[in-house]
This record gives sequence, structure tokens and C-alpha cells, in this order.
Amino acid sequence: MSTEPTDWLIGQSVPRVEDDRLLRGAGRYTDDLHVPDALEVAFLRSTEAHARITSIDISAAKAMPGVIAVYDGASVVDRIKPLLNAEELRVPPGIAALDPINKLQPAPILATDEVNYVGQPVAMVVAETRYLAEDAIEVIDVAYELLPAVIDVEAALAEDAPLVLLGEDDNIGVHVRHGKGDTDAALASAAAVITETFSTQRYVCAPIETRGLVAQQDPFTGSLTIWSTTQTPHRVRDHVAGAIGLPVDDVRVQSVDVGGGFGQKGILVVEELLVPFAAHDLGRPVRWIADRFENLTADAHAREQVHHITLGADADGTLVAVKDHIVVNLGARNMVGLVVPYNALCHLIGPYQVANADLEATGVLTNTTFTSPYRGAGRPEATFAMERAMDRLAVELGIEPSELRRRNLITSEQMPYETGLLDRRGVPQEYDSGDYPAMLDRAVEMIDVPAVRARQAAEPDRRIGVGFALYLEMTGLGPFEGARVEVMPSGRVRLYTGAPSQGQGHRTVFAQILADTMGVAFDDIDVLAGDTASIPYGVGTIASRALVTAGNATAQAGELVRQRILEAAAGVLEANAADLTIEQGIISVTGTPSVELTLADLIRSVPKLAGGSGSDGLGETSYFQPPNYATASGAHAVTVEVDTATGRVEILDYVVVHEAGTIVNPVVADAQVIGGVGQGIGGIMSEHLRYDENGQPITSTFSDYLMPISEMVPEIRMDEIVCPSPTNPLGVKGLGEGGAVGPPAAIANAVEDALRPEGVSVLSGPLSPGRILDMLRDSEVSR
Amino acid sequence: MSNLDPSGPPAAEPTARHTITFTVNGEAVTAEVESRLLLTDFLRHRLRLTGTHVGCEQGACGACTIQLDGQPVRSCLLLAAQVDGRDIRTIEGLAGPDDELTAVQQAFADQHGLQCGFCTPGFVMSVTSLKEQTQATGQAPTEAEVQDCVDSSYCRCTGYVNIRKAARQALGLPVDVPVSLDSTSGEVSE
Ligand code: FES
Ligand code: FES
Repeated sequence: MSTEPTDWLIGQSVPRVEDDRLLRGAGRYTDDLHVPDALEVAFLRSTEAHARITSIDISAAKAMPGVIAVYDGASVVDRIKPLLNAEELRVPPGIAALDPINKLQPAPILATDEVNYVGQPVAMVVAETRYLAEDAIEVIDVAYELLPAVIDVEAALAEDAPLVLLGEDDNIGVHVRHGKGDTDAALASAAAVITETFSTQRYVCAPIETRGLVAQQDPFTGSLTIWSTTQTPHRVRDHVAGAIGLPVDDVRVQSVDVGGGFGQKGILVVEELLVPFAAHDLGRPVRWIADRFENLTADAHAREQVHHITLGADADGTLVAVKDHIVVNLGARNMVGLVVPYNALCHLIGPYQVANADLEATGVLTNTTFTSPYRGAGRPEATFAMERAMDRLAVELGIEPSELRRRNLITSEQMPYETGLLDRRGVPQEYDSGDYPAMLDRAVEMIDVPAVRARQAAEPDRRIGVGFALYLEMTGLGPFEGARVEVMPSGRVRLYTGAPSQGQGHRTVFAQILADTMGVAFDDIDVLAGDTASIPYGVGTIASRALVTAGNATAQAGELVRQRILEAAAGVLEANAADLTIEQGIISVTGTPSVELTLADLIRSVPKLAGGSGSDGLGETSYFQPPNYATASGAHAVTVEVDTATGRVEILDYVVVHEAGTIVNPVVADAQVIGGVGQGIGGIMSEHLRYDENGQPITSTFSDYLMPISEMVPEIRMDEIVCPSPTNPLGVKGLGEGGAVGPPAAIANAVEDALRPEGVSVLSGPLSPGRILDMLRDSEVSR
Repeated sequence: MSNLDPSGPPAAEPTARHTITFTVNGEAVTAEVESRLLLTDFLRHRLRLTGTHVGCEQGACGACTIQLDGQPVRSCLLLAAQVDGRDIRTIEGLAGPDDELTAVQQAFADQHGLQCGFCTPGFVMSVTSLKEQTQATGQAPTEAEVQDCVDSSYCRCTGYVNIRKAARQALGLPVDVPVSLDSTSGEVSE
């Protein structure tokens, strides 16, 4: 790398280049794009949780004013292939050796004879405006014959449970069991054993910008351009091309400004195939933006899990065995396979060493909306179970919970650490680096456990409690991400990558990396992420992977271009490439400061140089394939006070100590963590996507589905430790998800600690005032 | 900003048409609108002022906040036909393309008060309104007013901490709120 370390932008809080435009209202989000004569779409969705469709009549809708086309299941069944998120459903060989169940259940594009959840698309109207399209939806006649619906996972697992999906043998979509040692024997001889059932309720990513896309067919070539809110543009390209039978090169997907994703925009839904199909079929641009009702009821849900967990320990608190049966509510179909169940399974034990484990995950179908990963993707749910169980074990043994944790942590001397389990790729799980004891010590000191205990003793009438949550996150999911770096005719440098931003600041952070690598001025770099026409392959921004994969690809491609620049400049300056340096985009000869060449001069002369190499540009594409996960970690500590009269839980202090390798932009990184904490607080305190017993979603607006507002998220006191990752040249780890993993467990631990004098058990969220009062009442009854 | 030349309703639109005249960001506009057209859709798709965002159309998220006669309102809860004779200001009316950012916009940049930026215009309009109100009355905003102001919109990205800092900077208050380890219920003070 070329510039002096003191000038390095990596590690500096460079202000974001994104902000000026966004602050002026000059962003370009999908629904902002003005595409002349674009038609708009409205969907007719199932009103029933499970039913047979006996008839659909779309003739009246077709005759409505302003309607261009109406499609039902029958009209598309032979024209669009059903949706299978194949990338997520793949089972790597190592996992296949565990003999898992992973049923392939393609989603019908529009329902033909059966609907399996409320919100499932049944018909699509394309009209001149959304208003006119919705008018036409009103006059479509669908007759349903109701079938028994199953909403609850335990009911779905019952022997005589009705089938969620007709034609399947049972309601199990996914199953895997994995472990090590002899768990039953270890539990039988353990000095202390605790068993409990902890669960996480269903919630929704709910980015403030909902999912949407605009598709336009080129009248000359017939190719399709799609502007989309997706987190994974290349996957959308491949799916659209495959589903409607276009060559993949004739579909271009462009991510524009995107208003948050968090996982919901990381998997494909049928609407994303239907809208491009309509543009192709009608030869006119077509737009669809989900409204909030669609977002909450008919786009992916997340998080609903039950953990039947058992921990065994010696009398001194040394863990000897962990057993957990994880039951995941998948919704109406197995959409993303082992992703969430296996993530939960292989992150459950986290930073602790334990010789024996027996972990089983069952993904259960119910007549509810399908589910996707949501920030953390199984880790918040697993951490909730494990860290709640650790607190129970501490109480059982009479050990301070933070001390019990300390006794069981993997130490930095043990790094890299093999857990004895298989990771998500099906290879031996290895934590690359970290210092969990240092992290915990810092959190214990910051939250000041002795002071909280003294306060509890001094003020026995108040209900104050302290809670911790420790977790790991194996970040930087492969298999690859790419970067193309190109010196443009103006002399500016462009970076193209498949990993778009939904708010993470890629235009700034990737430019910092490229400026350092190439010796180009930060202001001379433009980052264009998520356009399939500018780089042929990509995965996307999911699973805390963008910085690790695209960041390192950027550094690789930047270094290759720097070499090309030096070689080309050597020819122009008639100097030795080894004597040249690039600083702030100016090439000079060491020791001869009068001789200089700008990148603009160079790129203008390179293709025209007599006797040139024949490769006329200054551009390179490089792909980075991470050899292993970069394992980030965090310790959250919180004190709360519970008002037993009102049920209100107040967060008095919230501390995060995190570790995510080399930090490229500290302000951006801290804000990612805090944003995750905010979502985690929402999840444990108020959010709950609820169904009634018939499968009707009853929290279908933002007035019923309660997201956190500012006053619910306290100031967050932060500290960090840094253990650069040996898995990649930049030493970085992902931290997009981590912040969301800790809050549910830490806050629930603190609330149970506060309410211990009342005998309250905290088994699940949300910890809303009403539920806290219920818990207090229940504990009185049982006492 | 100029040439606000709104297209009218589509021919197929069945609801009644109204001619409205109002000002937006200081410019007079006359337009024909259908009865049921939401103000958000009118601003965004007919006037192409897309800086006002739509997060729910349920009056809950605040992303669509604009000023109507100087007061912050949810534009998704208004019909275009209702703004006849009124004065509207949107995010585009704060700083022109070549102007410096306003103090409120700059505070959001300084404090990293935005990530995806989708909620940002709503917050900026709310904070701008509070700032203008305090300037007009000469009274510094109370803590309760600041809290109400930032509680008025959802942000799903930032966890609000930096939005509060941005609001405080913009309103001339100390940016950092000291962490008080006591509850706000005030039963016991130490
Ligand atoms: S769009 Fe108006 S409040 Fe959400
Ligand atoms: S910055 Fe994304 S919703 Fe607020």
C-alpha cells in the first residue's frame, strides 16, 4: 500500500459522502425514479390462512377503467417458474453428512388451487396508477373452501396435526441434529442441571422503506432493467432471467438508494418475479412498492423460535454439557432452509467452552407468512436461550452471573479455537481471534456490578436488576464478493462491487480502503455498488459480510490497478516502475520531484501509446474468497428498574463492549452497533407480530406493531477491543448484525434479576408493561 | 427549483377533479387533482418533489413530515385537494442545490444522524419546525419538547442516539446527554 501510515484513511472517521444528497431530499430511492408511462401494480392477497381456491373470476377487473392487465395463477403458471431461493437452500456436503431434512417447497408465483397464509399473492392487477389497480382488486371474485389452519408450532408438531401444505407428509420443513461428546452421560453426573424453555416471539425487519422495484424493457434489444430495493442484485438478476426465460445477460438489476434492509430485502419473493414479468409481457415499465400493510403481513417475518434448553455444570460452575432442542417457526414454506436454524444451532454455545453438546433444530411449517433471516439470523434467538440459561445456572449455584460466565470463557491464548462442531459451511468451526475475558471484564467494570448489588441491598423496595449477554458472530460469509476498479477518462477512479448499501455507508468506507490501497485522493473515488451490468458476479449485502468480502476485494483490485498504473507510467515517463510512487493520484519519480503525471494524463495517453501492451485501460476485477469466517464478538450489560405498579421497564444504563477486528470508520462502525442495539431493544420490549387463532395477522399497522421510538432507546455507553482477523488482509470483521444480538438476553436477564424478589420467570418477550403485569400476577398466583 | 408543472389525473380516474392553487417552497402552483389523491403522491409523483418519503401511509412513521403553513404535518394524512390556498414547505425548500446546508441539515451530517436516509427528511422537517418555533418565541426548547420532536418519527437504522445529538446540536443544546443512572420516575433521588 502506498501512502504514509499517518495519512491512512482506514481507521479515520471520514464524513460520509452519502449525506449531502440525502439531507437535501435529493436521494434516489426506488419509488423516486421517474420512469415515463410506468404502470403500477396492486396484488390481491389471500384473506384465509389455509383454503382451497374453488374459483377466481378476473373478468370484471379487466374491464375496470385504467386497467392494462390482470393475471391470476392460471395465467402465469406456465409462464413463470415457481420461486426457490436456491442459494439459501443449498446444503453443503459437511452438513449433508449430518443427514438433515431440508424440504424443497417452491413458492407458487400466484396461488392456483391452495392458499397457505393470509397475504399470499392470488392475483396481480397492472393499471395506470396504483389507485386504479386497487379499484380493480376490489372486483376480483375468489371463492375459498376453508381448510384447517395451524398457527402454533407445537400444534403443528402434534401427531394428528392438519397439514399446512397439502401434499406434504408432515409439517416439518427442516431438521438437523449435531453435537459432540456424550451429553446425556455428562448431564447425569453433573452437580447442577437446569432445564427451561425460552422463546423469541415473531417480529418483522420493517425497514422504513418497504420492498419495491421498477422494471423496464428496452424497446430495441428487449432486455430488462430492474431498479430494486434488493440487498442481493445479482441473485435477483439470475432468478428473474431463469423464471421468465430470458438470457441472464439481458437482465440488469440496479440497486439505487435503499432505505434499510436488515434481511427482509435479502431473500427473493414472488412479487420480484411478477413485476419484471409484467414489464416483459406488456412491453411497458411497471412499478410496485409494497405498502406498510403488505410489508407487515405479507413480506418476510422472522425470529419466532422456542428453545428447550438444558445446561449441566460442576459445582464450581464449569459447564459440562449443553442440550437444546430448537423449534423454528418457518411459516408456510421452507424458504431459506438451514440458514436460520443452523445459525442458531452453531452460535448457541458462543464464547464458552463445553465438552458435550447435543443440539437439534426443527423447522416447522405453520399457516403463517414465510420467514427470512433478520439482523442476526438465529443468533439473537440462540443467545436469548443460552444467556438466560446461564443466569439460571448462576442462581442455582449461587455464583455471580458475570463470574459464572468468566469461568467458562474461551481465552485469547486458545485462539484460533476449534469448537468441535461444524460451522455453516459444514467444516470444523474455528473462531479466528478474540479476547472474550477482556471484553467481559471491561463490561463488568463499566456497568459496575458491585455497585448494582449494593444498591439492591440498600434499596430493597426498588426493583433494580443487572443483566449480561455475551455472543459471537461468525461474519464474512462466502463464497466470494468482487470489486472492479477502473481509472476513468477524467482521471477519477471508480469502484464497482456487487454489495450494495442499505445505509451502511459503502460509498465512504470502500472509498477509504481504495484511497489507501491506490494512493488516490478520497475525493477522486466514486463507488457504484449493486449494478449487475458493471460487474458480472456478486452475492450482496447480507450476513455481516460486505466489509470482509467486498472490502478485501476492493483492496485486491486496487492493488492490481496500482501496479498497472506504475507500469504504464514507467513507459510514459521513461522511468523504472520501481522508482515511481503514487500519492493523491499524482505519479512521481522518486528523487525527481519535477517530473509528475496525473492519472488523467496517464489514462489519456495509455491507449494511444505506440508500442503499448495492447491492453488499453487501467482497470482490474478481483474476487475475494474468505478462507474462514471472521468471528466478531460482543458483551452487553444493562441495568434496569421495573415499576411493579405500572409494569414499565426502564433501562438505567446500557453498555456495549464489542470486538470486530480492524475498524475502517469508527463513527460509522459505532453507529452500526447502536442501530442494532435499537432494533434489539424494540424486539425485547415491544415488537410482536401476532396472529389470532384463525391465522389472521392482528398487528398489521405501525399503530399495532410497536417499533421503538427515540425515548425507548437510551444512551449507549460503548467500548471496544481490537483483535484483527487473520482471515483477511485488511484484518476486518463484520459488525452489521452484532448489535442486535445482545439486547433481548441482556435485558431479560436484568428484568428477571430485578424481579427475583417477586419470583418472576422471564421466558419470552416482549417485556411490555402489560406482559410484565401478567408475569407479576402469575407469580403471585403460583406462590 | 422551478418549473413545477404538475400533470393532471389520468383520464380513467373516476373521482371528481378539483383545481387547487397553493405555494410550495415559495413557488405558486396551480393544479388539477382528483378527490382521493394523497398529498404525498401529489408532491412526489406529480410535482416530483421526491424528498418527502412514504413509510406507512398510516400517520405513524413520520417520514412524510412537511410544513403546512409553518407547522409540521404528516402529508400522508392529507389529500391534495385540502391544500388549496395553503403554504407548503418540503425538504427541498430548505437548502437549494447550490446553497449550504441549513444548520439542521448540517447537524445531522456532523452527528452521523442518518444511515439509509429514508427517515431523514421527516426528522429534519420536525427539528426545523421546533427550531423555528423557538426562534420565533425566543424561548429555548424544553427537554420535553425536544423529546416529543424526536419521538415523532420512526428510524429503523440509527437507534436514535445520533438523531438526538443532531437535534440537540441544531437547537443549540449541549450535544451529549449525561447518562443518569437513576430512573426517571424520581421515586428516590441520590
Ligand atoms: S408515511 Fe406518513 S406517517 Fe408514515
Ligand atoms: S436512517 Fe434509515 S430509517 Fe432512519
